[in-house]
Amino acid sequence: MKHLPMIGVALAAALYASQANAEELTGTLKNIKETGAITLGFRDSSIPFSYLDDSQKPIGFAMDICYKIVDAVKKDLKLDKLEVKLNPVTSSTRIPLLANGTIDLECGSTTNNADRQKQIAFTNTHFLTASRFVSKKANKLDKIDDLKGKSVVSTSGTTNIKQLTEANAARNLGITIIPAKDHAEAFLMVETDRAVAFVMDDILLASLVAGSKEPGAYVISSDAFSKPEPYGIMLRKDDPAFKKVVDGATAALYTSGEGVKLYEKWFMQKIPPKGLNLNAPISPELKQEFAKPSDSPDPDSYKAM
Amino acid sequence: MFSNFDFDVIRRSLGYLFFDGMTFTLTLTGLAGLGGVIFGTLIALMRLSGFRSLGGIAGLYVDLMRSLPLVLVIFWFYFLVPYIGQWLTGSSRPMHVGAFTSSLVTFILFEAAYFSEIMRAGIQSISKGQPAAAQALGLTYSQTMRYVVLPQAFRNMLPVLLTQVIVLFQDTSLVYVLSIPDFLGAASKVAQRDGRLVEMYLFAALVYFVISCAASFGVRRLQTRIAFVH
Amino acid sequence: MNYHWNWGIFWEPAPNGTGTYLDMLLSGLVLTIETALFAWIIALVSGAVVGVMRTLPSKAAARAGFAWVEFFRNMPLLVQLFLWFFVLPELLPQAWGLWLKQIPNAPFYTAAIGIGLFMSARVAEQTRAGINALPRGQKMAATALGLTTAQTYAYVLLPMAFRIIMPPLTSEFLNTIKNTSVAITIGLIELTGEARSMQEFSFQVFEAFTAATLLYLLINVVVVIAMRFLERALAVPGYISGK
Repeated sequence: MKHLPMIGVALAAALYASQANAEELTGTLKNIKETGAITLGFRDSSIPFSYLDDSQKPIGFAMDICYKIVDAVKKDLKLDKLEVKLNPVTSSTRIPLLANGTIDLECGSTTNNADRQKQIAFTNTHFLTASRFVSKKANKLDKIDDLKGKSVVSTSGTTNIKQLTEANAARNLGITIIPAKDHAEAFLMVETDRAVAFVMDDILLASLVAGSKEPGAYVISSDAFSKPEPYGIMLRKDDPAFKKVVDGATAALYTSGEGVKLYEKWFMQKIPPKGLNLNAPISPELKQEFAKPSDSPDPDSYKAM
Repeated sequence: MFSNFDFDVIRRSLGYLFFDGMTFTLTLTGLAGLGGVIFGTLIALMRLSGFRSLGGIAGLYVDLMRSLPLVLVIFWFYFLVPYIGQWLTGSSRPMHVGAFTSSLVTFILFEAAYFSEIMRAGIQSISKGQPAAAQALGLTYSQTMRYVVLPQAFRNMLPVLLTQVIVLFQDTSLVYVLSIPDFLGAASKVAQRDGRLVEMYLFAALVYFVISCAASFGVRRLQTRIAFVH
Repeated sequence: MNYHWNWGIFWEPAPNGTGTYLDMLLSGLVLTIETALFAWIIALVSGAVVGVMRTLPSKAAARAGFAWVEFFRNMPLLVQLFLWFFVLPELLPQAWGLWLKQIPNAPFYTAAIGIGLFMSARVAEQTRAGINALPRGQKMAATALGLTTAQTYAYVLLPMAFRIIMPPLTSEFLNTIKNTSVAITIGLIELTGEARSMQEFSFQVFEAFTAATLLYLLINVVVVIAMRFLERALAVPGYISGK
């Protein structure tokens, strides 16, 4: 009997807490709770971040990170079941589809920069890469100026095609820029000699070359269009509650050492569908980033200590 | 010339091509055709209704849709439909709409403009005696339309409507620009993944050709069977 | 609606160094018109020839004409462009294929020829309808006068047939203009393509597409008015639509 006041206070506190919680759900979290589903955007050929395996299922480094985020969201919203819907995106549709609500998270190889942060938000960086170009060894192209007057392809909607366009104008190179719908199509253009070079993030180029019919025939330029820039998983802007959950999930993943293990799974071991091993050891800058996760768009902030 | 082509890639991907790609294409064609004819008939009726404002709006809609390339309309609706959904349902954020739904809405609204012109010609070709006789019998406007005019118009224009459906079938290939997996999109994915452009595109062309040819042949047979002299 | 509107985007410089975003769109417009005109010339010439072939007394010509029309009508335009752009260079001998692929502006020529041939099937059907719409007496009178088949077509049938089919030909020309947008898939950055590029660089989706829509409407209006003038200028007094 003497516990009754205690129980009363506890009950009141519990009720107040659950009330407060229920009022706080806004934006994406509210939508996820109401519909019981979260939609992830995936790429079809951004190896090994987000791509389709032989049975057309999306897999990859970024996909695994996203699934960990989904687990954290499920825990945070205290849901028994959370349906995960998958929606294909390309470089040029990812931002509009995120903004218009078709997807809730974009799990791919999207570069985090200040320009894009005007439209959408990024969570903690999961990779760093610079923009280079791949070409056939026989053409002996290594520096950006070697591309003068030639046909060069890049994927629409990427920072790479923008950098190529700007370099072309600034250095007066007279390059014919061919936009491709996605990375596989662009690489095919180089393979079939329709373009002499493909400008893209060097890790994606390395993966495409490794998986091609004749890896030895291609070479990646030493010249880069940019400093190593960060990749981040995208989410909608102006949604602080959701961002908190996502940032928390990614930070926990990276600092716990599981992030490094995930990295090794995709970059140091055999990956589907052809079982090739990219053999790309973790760079000191990325190790630093995993130890201290950040979502900064500034490439200079990722220098190794 | 054909020595280093690997036509086996077609056989290996037949399941994916037809079960995923072709079902998407055919379902989209069927549903968009149905929706387009229904909505198009509505628009035609609006234009012929005799109310200036209704006719004006319908006319503007048809002119707009017919002046724009389908590719542009596809882009518009792909990005716009979730916002429309938000406005319609009054929710706080853009509605989640999948690729199929957005394509369906696009094609229904786009093709409706073309179907409405066909139905309008069909309705106008019915002799004035028909609605006059219906009125004499005491039927209301909607009864006249439902039981007298529209069935005849529909029957007269059936071949033209079906030809437009064949055009719609071919137009669905344009969802390629958004990487939406219809039949052509599926063939492209396999082509790019395996580097087999020639084989897959030739096969896709052949399939489209055979289906369209068979369908137009069917329409021509239908035309001779239902033709009747006034 | 968390979309940030910015109608001033048109006056901001585009990243490809050629000026403002508006300049990008206008250069796309010019390319659309150039491609459409080039394709239309191909369509008119080949379509007229095929249409005439379908009405000739010779069975072989009629059948060839029929095959041409069926071939180009039963495949989507997109698939046809892919065949010309991706498949043809691979089927030709190595050296020719390579040359084809390295032509500067390959997408432009491929698009113009591909769209031109696609539309030629429709022009052929219109021409055939136009010729068949003429009274049979015309052909007979020409024969009675001693004109050969070629002369009959050149001086009697075709001039009138073309005037009859001018309205449907106008809509076919408008279709040609609309079909140029399909060529963005083979890398031709015409008006729709530039609108898409603008959307990708500036993230202003609706502004970019609204501008493209208005430009297409403008093209439509101009073409319809121009064709009306042409029709009036070429009309034969006292015949069908002539004054």
